[in-house]
Amino acid sequence: MTTTQDPVTAHPLTADVDAAPNEFEVLETAVRELAIGHGLFSAADHRQWLEWMDAAQPALGARLVARAWVDPEYRERALANGTAAAQEIGIEMYDRDPLIVMANTPQVHNMVVCTLCSCYPRAVLGLPPDWYKSPSYRKRAVRWPRELLAEFGTFIPPEVEIRVHDSNANMRYLVLPMRPTGTEGWTEEQLAAIVTRDTMIGVAVPAPQLAS
Amino acid sequence: MSRFSTGDRVRVRVQQTLSHSRVPAYVAGRTGVVERVLPDFVIPEDDAWGRLWQGGRRETLYRVQLHQSETWPGYRGPAADTHEIEIFEGWLEPAKGE
Repeated sequence: MTTTQDPVTAHPLTADVDAAPNEFEVLETAVRELAIGHGLFSAADHRQWLEWMDAAQPALGARLVARAWVDPEYRERALANGTAAAQEIGIEMYDRDPLIVMANTPQVHNMVVCTLCSCYPRAVLGLPPDWYKSPSYRKRAVRWPRELLAEFGTFIPPEVEIRVHDSNANMRYLVLPMRPTGTEGWTEEQLAAIVTRDTMIGVAVPAPQLAS
Repeated sequence: MSRFSTGDRVRVRVQQTLSHSRVPAYVAGRTGVVERVLPDFVIPEDDAWGRLWQGGRRETLYRVQLHQSETWPGYRGPAADTHEIEIFEGWLEPAKGE
């Protein structure tokens, strides 16, 4: 690809030409067009799935966590049936994979990995971060979880059990972090703001001092 | 009717397959405890061949909890550390002598 300079700003300009599709993009297009052509689903269905996938964000999972922090009965329902608890607060569980919610306690810290690929609770967290899909994370999460957590700045005391959840098949996992001290009297919205994606994967813990 | 119940000690079978099993090598032959019984699903061996909706065999899926120190010789963390994984019934057998 040739690069030229903008004559006024001197910023580099890249050629206004799309790169050729790679092998997998060609395959995806071919399979999709065949499926639509054979009536397995419509083009509108396909676009709706993409929109659902893109619309899901960690803020959805954060709402679930914040609700569980303020409502003990909701917390019990979430731990018993994560899918139903998510639907109860209006989350569209578009991928149909059953959700398991796991509570961190003073005795147990949960973290999630998919050693086989990148299975992830997309309906409540959106698309997985790149590091979640990296072989380095996938291999080391099950083998050296404490050392890996330390790289995220998360230090779990030795008296706390670390429980690593391999999301290797049909279920999806969301960590319900412990509500931090210093958040007494906070509204559900304030609480949700400190529940980040990483705290629900279990590689971090909520930090109330970071609240804006 | 599922073969195992919560609390049963089970061993992940060591067996070969030409297909997709969703059983990672790091748990082959390892022993753990059934943490909970999950629903039935089409097994990966059939799902991989396009039989998810047509004729795929269904089996009960289990959540199995294992101790890190038993899975990994020389594990450096505390003895209480655990890990959990989903294993289909056909890949589990009762743990002997325990």
